[in-house]
Amino acid sequence: MTDETLAPVTMLSTPIRLEYDFTAGLAQSRNLRGYAEGKFIGQRCPVCNKVYVPSRGSCPVDAVPTDEEVVLPNTGTVTTYCVVNVPFAGQSIEIPYICAQILLDGSDIAFMGLLQEIPTDEVRMGLRVEAVWVDPEDLGPTLASVKYFRPTGEPDADYETFKEYL
Amino acid sequence: MSAPKQKQGTVPVAVASFAQTPSLRRIDQANEVELLMPVIGEVFEGTGLTKDDVGFICSGSTDYLIGGPFSFVMALDAVGVWPPKRESHVEMDAAWALYEAWVLMQEGVVDVALIYGFGKSSLGDLDRILAMQLDPYVMGPLWPDQVSLAALQAQTMIDRGQATEADFAAVAARARRAALSNPNAQVSGDSSVEELLAEDYVSTPLRRHALPPLSDGAAAILLVAGERAYDVVERPAWITGIDHRVETHALGARDLGASPSTAKAAEMAGVTDGVVDVAEIHAPFAHQEILLARELGLGAETVVNPSGGPLAGNPLMAGGLIRFGEAARRIWDGTATRAVAHATSGPVLQQNLVGVLEGES
Repeated sequence: MTDETLAPVTMLSTPIRLEYDFTAGLAQSRNLRGYAEGKFIGQRCPVCNKVYVPSRGSCPVDAVPTDEEVVLPNTGTVTTYCVVNVPFAGQSIEIPYICAQILLDGSDIAFMGLLQEIPTDEVRMGLRVEAVWVDPEDLGPTLASVKYFRPTGEPDADYETFKEYL
Repeated sequence: MSAPKQKQGTVPVAVASFAQTPSLRRIDQANEVELLMPVIGEVFEGTGLTKDDVGFICSGSTDYLIGGPFSFVMALDAVGVWPPKRESHVEMDAAWALYEAWVLMQEGVVDVALIYGFGKSSLGDLDRILAMQLDPYVMGPLWPDQVSLAALQAQTMIDRGQATEADFAAVAARARRAALSNPNAQVSGDSSVEELLAEDYVSTPLRRHALPPLSDGAAAILLVAGERAYDVVERPAWITGIDHRVETHALGARDLGASPSTAKAAEMAGVTDGVVDVAEIHAPFAHQEILLARELGLGAETVVNPSGGPLAGNPLMAGGLIRFGEAARRIWDGTATRAVAHATSGPVLQQNLVGVLEGES
């Protein structure tokens, strides 16, 4: 039975909202709690000796638990970067800004961080940087405890030292 | 020795090793990688095989349970895919991952495959999450919960005189008793049908005992092709037939009191070509075991769900694969010579997969 006077439905909206608990797991929980103490905590693979930060609890190459905890220093090297010039919804930082892949000294995987206190046209691969943490009372189990990274003023790292991490 | 005659395929493939986590209501100490690592470790234990022997990896999981994208990619951290390997994933129960591996092994180029599945029911509201498998236009916006849909099916069976509420309770009582000897079970116990029938309804005609527990868990299997299987296990569980079928997405167009997809898959897999000693049936709801046993063509001689089945523990995306593992275990230990493993996926038994496992007699 169809009613000829009704226009066909051509579009419908079906709102969906699902809420989840996130399971950080043991390894990542240690890493997150480290941020609350102003520390980068990684884990070392007992087979290949690589240090992952954050670790998911397993070496993705050797598939063994990464039980050994490693506290990493505040300093690292920019392996690569991008200058963000495009505004987008929900942007919380004034453009242009620099998003950098940072390889902490003594670690074997780079992670993404905000880079400040340097003009965007001076950023470069190999730039030596350090973490600037939020005030002690604002530290929490989140990477937001790291306000940003800034140049240390040291000479740039040699390409050979980070070419494996690009 | 040689593998039993293959009904399908040309390359004999056996279930050679199996590992599973206990089914637990909530595993909140481990992320998916940490959940899987012990299982992946255990499935290789005592097999003489390592990850370097694996030619193909296939997993079953769904991002909808985790609420994040590409969770199966992150789960690979538990396997160690280096040097790079052939790998695939199904957004289904891992029994379908096993099927994909079996198909690939028919090419004859891969002789060891690792299959695993993992799922946590505890991370969100499962009733709402599972409503996402329904069609997004007509059924989905109503957000019907899985228990209500299963109850419609159970009521259909009652209306047709196929089963009674006491029959559902009898299934649950037997499952719980069987689960007493399963260390991985989440629900077990010695209850009478009368005791179970005294429970309140969750959704008529289903009482609490007719529902599966909400489970977190994971499982893994190694498939090994050809003579190499004898290096791993003395009496391999050869897959002599395997098939899967799907019914329409439109629930209103299905006959919920029947499972033609199961019947067809069972026929193609050759279930009734011989005596079935053991059947592990992936029936999350008690009434579904009655329906599926009928569609599989099983008789009184078959021991159904000696592990307790999904009523004893129901980790989503791993539950079907566990049926293969539990069936295979009974071939390895000589309890059974011919076993059936069944897996289901989708709303109210929409998709069904049937495997026949055989050991040398």
